[in-house]
Order: sequence, then C-alpha cells, then structure tokens
Amino acid sequence: MKYVGKSLKRVDGIKKATGTLKYVDDMKFSRTLHVAVKGSAHAHAKIISIDVEKAKNLKGVKAVITGRDFSGNSCCKRVGLYLEDKTFLAVEKTIYKGEAVAAVAAETKKIAEEAVKLIEVKYEELPKVTSARKGMKKNAPLIHPNLANYKYAPIFFPKPNTNISNHFKLRKGDVEKGFEESDLIIENEFYVPPIQHAPIENHSAIAKMDSDGSLTVWASCQSPYAVRRALSVAFDIPLNKLRVISPAIGGGFGSKAGTTLEGIIIPLAMRTNGRPVKLTYTREDEFVNSFIRQALFAKMKTGVRKDGKILAMKNEFIWDGGAFTEYGVNIVKAGGYASTGPYEVENVWTDSICVYTNHPVAGPYRGFGMSEIQFGIEQNLDMIADELGIDKIEIRRLNALKAGSHTSMGEKLDMCGLVECLDIVVGEMDFSKREKSSKPNKVRGKGVACVFKAPSMPTNVASSAIVKLNEDGTAHLLVTAQDMGQGSDTILVQIAAEVLSIHPDKITIKTGDTDHTPYEWQTVASRTTYCAGNSVKSACEDAKEQLLELAQIKMGIYKRDLELEDGHIASKIYPDRKMPISDLALGLTLEDGSGIHGPIIGRGVFIPPNIRNADKKTGLGDKPVVFWTFGSQGVEIEVDIETGQIKVLEVVSCFDVGKVINPQLIEGQVEGGIVQGIGSALFEELIIKDGEVKNDSFVDYKIPTADDMPKMTIKFVENPEETGPFGARAIAEVCMVAAAPAIANALHDAIGVRVKTMPLTAERVLKAIREKKSN
Amino acid sequence: MSKVKHRINFTLNYEEAEHYIEPNVTLLTMLREDFDLTGAKEGCGAGECGACTILFNNKAVNACLVLAVEADRAEIITIEGLSNGQELDELQESFIDNAALQCGYCTPGMIISAKALLNRNSSPTENEIKEAISGNLCRCTGYKKIVEAISSVAKKHRGNSVEGAEKGGEEE
Repeated sequence: MKYVGKSLKRVDGIKKATGTLKYVDDMKFSRTLHVAVKGSAHAHAKIISIDVEKAKNLKGVKAVITGRDFSGNSCCKRVGLYLEDKTFLAVEKTIYKGEAVAAVAAETKKIAEEAVKLIEVKYEELPKVTSARKGMKKNAPLIHPNLANYKYAPIFFPKPNTNISNHFKLRKGDVEKGFEESDLIIENEFYVPPIQHAPIENHSAIAKMDSDGSLTVWASCQSPYAVRRALSVAFDIPLNKLRVISPAIGGGFGSKAGTTLEGIIIPLAMRTNGRPVKLTYTREDEFVNSFIRQALFAKMKTGVRKDGKILAMKNEFIWDGGAFTEYGVNIVKAGGYASTGPYEVENVWTDSICVYTNHPVAGPYRGFGMSEIQFGIEQNLDMIADELGIDKIEIRRLNALKAGSHTSMGEKLDMCGLVECLDIVVGEMDFSKREKSSKPNKVRGKGVACVFKAPSMPTNVASSAIVKLNEDGTAHLLVTAQDMGQGSDTILVQIAAEVLSIHPDKITIKTGDTDHTPYEWQTVASRTTYCAGNSVKSACEDAKEQLLELAQIKMGIYKRDLELEDGHIASKIYPDRKMPISDLALGLTLEDGSGIHGPIIGRGVFIPPNIRNADKKTGLGDKPVVFWTFGSQGVEIEVDIETGQIKVLEVVSCFDVGKVINPQLIEGQVEGGIVQGIGSALFEELIIKDGEVKNDSFVDYKIPTADDMPKMTIKFVENPEETGPFGARAIAEVCMVAAAPAIANALHDAIGVRVKTMPLTAERVLKAIREKKSN
Repeated sequence: MSKVKHRINFTLNYEEAEHYIEPNVTLLTMLREDFDLTGAKEGCGAGECGACTILFNNKAVNACLVLAVEADRAEIITIEGLSNGQELDELQESFIDNAALQCGYCTPGMIISAKALLNRNSSPTENEIKEAISGNLCRCTGYKKIVEAISSVAKKHRGNSVEGAEKGGEEE
C-alpha cells in the first residue's frame, strides 16, 4: 500500500506548530457578550429563592437566567445521551456543589462576574449523598425523586425511588457450581477514586441566535451531532435551525463528548437580540463543571482450580455516578460486561451499579470503565498466582481469551491476539529477572497486565463521509469525526488517499460543522479509525466507481480492467493507457461537446455490521460488541522504601490493533496513554470532601510532566479486523488501561506490598510498607 | 477600579509597538485580546500549565503571570513570531516531523520553552530538555516525542558547531 501503513506527517501539524489554529476561545465576533455563572453553594439543597434584580440593574448586564426560567417551561426538558436526567441549570434544587444556578451575559467578563456576585440565592440544605455505597441503600436521601419519569434507552435499568440509575447484571453459567469446583476462592476489594481529564484546553463555547430563529453554537466538542441533538431537545429548536461547529479541540479524553456549558449559554443567547454569547471555563470550572471519571468500589470473588484456571467470578461494582448519569450509565454497563477482563471464565455473576451522589457529574473518560475494573482484575490475578505458586505470565496464558474462546458475554471469538501480545511483551522484558538498584534505599520490581476494550456504543450508530473531487485532481473530504489530538484527520486522509490513489497533500479534510459536514454519531469509544474510516473508505470507493464508469466510456476499456493509479485512471493490462482523474472531476465531455454525469462526489455511510443487543436479563449475546482490542503491558518500577515514592522506569506495550495506519501517530497515542495512565496510577485523585472538590487546580491536582515519562517500547500485532478499513481496529483508550494495574503488580514484585486503592501515592505505599513490617 | 491606561512601548515579534493598557491587565490578555495573537493559550491562569509561555527578553515566561505594563521596553516574542509566512522555525518543523504535537493546545508554549532553552544552551542534554519543559503540561503525547523533537534540533546544532570548529581548524 502506498499511504496506509506509512508515517505521514500530521495534516494539522503546521497550524498547530505555528499557533495559528483557532480554537473556540481564540475566536472573536463583534459585539460578543461574556458570561459568568453563579455556582451553587451547597451539594444538595432546595432553592428557596433567587434574587437577580441587582444583577439585572448593573450597567452592562444584558441577560440573566436562572433555573426558574425553565421550571414548568417546555424550554428546558431534561436531556441526556442514554438517560434523560440532566438540566443545564439547577431547577428547584441543586444537586452538586458548584452546579450552575444562574448565569449572566454582560458587555465584559468583569461586569458579568460582578453581576454574579450580586445574585442572592437562598437555600434550604438537604441531607447529602457523598458515598455511592451509602447512596444505593434504601433509606438514602433521594437525589432524583422523579427518576421513574425519566426517559432512557431500554438497555439500561434505573430503579425508581432509589439513587440507582442503572443496575446492569451479567449472569453466565452457574457461579455457585463454579465455586464448589474450585480449589481456591479468593476475595478482594479495590477502590479507584474520581480523577479528571484535564485537557489543556478548558471547555469553551459561543452561541448566537439570529432573527430567523436559527442558532449557531461554536463549541470545543468531540461530537457535534450528539450535541446538536441534545440541545435541540433541551431548547425546542428544530435540527435544521441549529448548527453546531467544533473548529478545533485542545484535548478531550471524553470530557468533551457530551454537552456541558453549551446549555448555559444558549438560553442567554436567546435573550440578547442576536449578540453572540461566550463562555470559557476556568481550570477550576473544568475540574468541577465538565465531567470527572466515576469512582469505583469493586468487590471480587474468584474461584480457581489448582493449576490456575479461573472457574468462577462474582463481582460487585459500585460506581459513583455523581449528580447526573445521562452518560455514566453506559460506563457502568461496559464495566459490567467486561468484568472478567480479557480471560475466559465459564461462570460469571456481576452486578454493576450506577449510583447518584451529590458529587460533580461523572462521565466518559478514556477507557470507559476498563481502567477502573482492570485495576482490580489484574491485581486479583497476580494474588491468585502468588497463592497457588504459579508464574504470573503462565496464569495469564492459561486463562487468556484465544481464538475460539467465549468472552464474558458469551460471544465466540474468531480471532484473538492477546497471547501473541503477551509473548512479545515477555520477549522485551524479562520478568524472571529482578534488576538491582544502584541505591540502597531503592528497590526495583516488574509487573504485567493484560487488558482489553470494545467500543462501548449503541448497536446501530452511524457514520458518513463525502468526498468531492476538484477539477485539478485534488479532493475535499468531509466528515464530522473530530481530531482532538488523536490524529484522525491524518488517518482519514491516508485512507482516502489510498483508495483514490492520490497523494495525501492533495486532500483537504473538513470536519465539525453540522450544517456542512455529514453525520457522525460521536468521536468517542476509540471508534473513529474503524467507523469513520469505513465511511471514508466507502465514500472514496463510490467516487472511484463513478470515475471508472466514465473512464470506460472515454477509454473504451471495461471498467473491470481499469484501476486508479497516481491521479490517473489506468488500464490494468496496458499501464501506459491512462487518463488523469482531473479530466473527469466535473463529468465526462463527449466528442460532440455534450456532457454526462456531472461532478464526482463520493458518498459513504457506515453502521457496524450485525451487532445485536444482549439479553436484558443475563447480559449475554452472540454479537454484543463490534470487536475487542487486546493487549498487554509490562512495567519496571523503582520504589524508594524510605519515602514510598514510585518511579516508573520502563514500559513495554503491545496491542493487536488489526492494522497500523500510521506508525508514528499510533506510537504517539500509546505513549500518551501510558503516561496518562501513570498519572492516574501514581498521584491523580480528585479529592471530594462532604460534597466539595478540594483540589480543583493544577497547583493541587498534579498531572504528569516530562519528568514522569518512562522509557517506552511500543509494539503492535496486526491480526486484521475483518470489517475494519484495511483491517484496522482501535487503540486510543485501551493503551491507558494497563498502566495502573501493571504498576501495582510491580510494586508487589518489588517489595511485597499490595496497594488496592488508587493512586499509589508515596503516603499509601509507605503506609503499606509499615503495615507489612509491623505484621 | 482604576481606568487609567498606561502607555507602554515594546518590541512585539520584532516590530515596535505602542499601546495603552490598564495596569491590572495581564500580558496574556493583552496579547490575545488587543493584538489577536492567540497562539499563547490560557490553560490555568496560575502559571502551572505553561500554555501561555512567551519569550520575554529572550526568557520563557508565563504570560498569565506578567502584567502587561511590565512589557514596557521589553522584547516580546510569541509563537507567531517564530514563523514567517510559510517559513517555519526549525523547532516548529521538528515538532511536526517528530509528531511531537497532538491536540496542539500546549504546543505553542512548549515550542517557546524549547526555543528559550536553545537560545541559552544550543546543545542541551535530555535531562536539560526535560527540565526546560517541566513547566509545560501536555496531556496527549506522554512527552517522549516532544523531547525527541527538541533533541533532534539540538543535535543538528551540535553537528553544525562541530563542523564549524573543524572548518575553523582547517583554516588555521
């Protein structure tokens, strides 16, 4: 292949390296009004009154809104992707501290901030839910008393009159029989705290309503079409009057997948007589008011045979969904159905439960449940191996899903490259050998983890692409898959270039404008190369078909004997008989001067084939997900036994991605995933005390710096995904998942202590060391 | 609130500039709002993320922590000053060649920090590079390709200076 599989330079590289790419916060419109938001003072409280008079009277203030403007008004229905439980401003009561209760649009940001201070809110505090485990109990204060009336997709299971917004059940085989047959039963508990995505770009949006009732929203969002739909429902605007533009995204990792601040500025834009209204979150807002990752309390009971074969697993996963779980219910489902990890287990019983709490809204985060559950699963496996005296690699080889195995959901796998990946990792990192540190207070250790992930998306999500050929043989590619750094613009251009057989420099990609670029469900779930890639491939094949159709008339050669070759249509038999595609870009002109066909415009649509809903009662299905990406990672760490500090020295990773479209970019994805994983493993934790976020800044919430980067060896296996474009599968999320469990396992290898709570901070490690000593 | 504006004269991307600015406006806000130089970004407003890094008298500083009035008589270079039309700085080229950028939001600040480093030390070690960008947060790349991009420019400099020294030797 000419372009697929090559390290082409990023198509957005120049604009990004020169700082000339305009992100939403960089955009300027004349007469823009600026927004400030009044956040609630309590985590759970009835709103008795909101006095906005003083704010309204402040000079320069143009509009003020509160949740009261919505209550009882069709203008603010509850919205949500999977469960419609969300309002953009607190209506009647506030359910997390910092939730928007009022917002102001004013001539300047300063005036808006001044006005917000003048808004007086009277609350009556309500008992809070600050723990998912307590919140799921029957007598807990109800956060969403009207849950019974909320709309939801029928693949979720909310429990009215409780705080449980989804109770997913996986029931495979006979788990009690499996335990009876087991030689060893081991029970463990793990806890993963909330973390935050911390993209360097904070959320930003601008909204403008024109006098004809059409509304334009510029937002740094991953999924313009999903955002358009949610906003359309919330504000009763027909889709043809609502345009969402996502000009550029400065990092998403899931935080920009849904709707957030758009819903605050739109009602303001409806009241400002056509003036644009802009809101950019501060870093502090970003930590509290965008999305956070759900915390997980996991209880696992595993039954194994003497030789290490897992016979039964019983899991209870309790997730802290936060104030709204419109998106989170699906993470809970994904975590539930993947609850065995990448291993074949015949008997499984899993309850995965999403619980409302009075915490910031938890939602999609790179990994979508996999990082959280596999932190426990992979440590659990090492503990079993230790107990049985089995090698940690061997226990993985023995239980690993393989071609012909059945997944946790009962689906038979035709192919699975997991053991291949594991073998490559083992080949790169000798786990039997413990390296010695040169310093007496430092001890080294190695750990391994195997991981998997499927795109967690509904069965029928659609993608589309349009390719337009220009009269000089160049082309425009239109999609709404969004490049938020992962490199999709470049990947999709490479796929188009390969099919059209023109150089990628001749293709300009345009994305993110619901009025002009065709439908894409969302840029999430590591689905873009696969889903959008397939639609691009199909659009280019459509354009190719049109070109060949016309060329056969012009050249007098059967279509089947023609091929696209370097900007030409050429005979497969006589390669010197060829014509440039540019000659046909606007149609074919016949010898008498008449024309036929018209411009070459290729159209491609895609829905992942044959995915069917799983059984509602058991969670089992024969084809519940489109594919799984498998992989393995080994890490070597050094622990300072005096301070408890862990330093990750080396990471070796290998994933079966089907086909590498761009070696350099995929390597970058994995490196980024590893380092983000290290951050979550070692020090990232959003501390929420009594409903209040305590570390909402980069001063108090540290993310990895260049100093945290280990030596990284990145490998791939390419067992093609039959339905993928050129065999490609996925990588973006799964590459983050293994870091935390592999590090935890390496810690045990180094000094024999187990830390079952993330992150593995120096304090926690030191405490574990001391506990071990005192025992 | 004082509305009195102060006159400042400074060099901005190699051009003389005169501007009137309120004393409480940050340099970052002035560059972004008044000069539409939006390459420097506000990621935290607290000097923690480095997305707003610019060259201030040849030193990398967080423009969110500097008041605009302090720019009086200073020489300011932003990311926009590193390229000239389609002619890119070697660091910018190297970031593209090495895929050292993903979402691009930290990139301008990162490149400026690298520029400041190379200005004072044309052949830094890997640790010196890491140290120089330790105030620039990147959430996408894992930093490896960024360090490689800067190293490769440094290596080129070293090559040139060795070549130069050898040539010099020959002439003697």
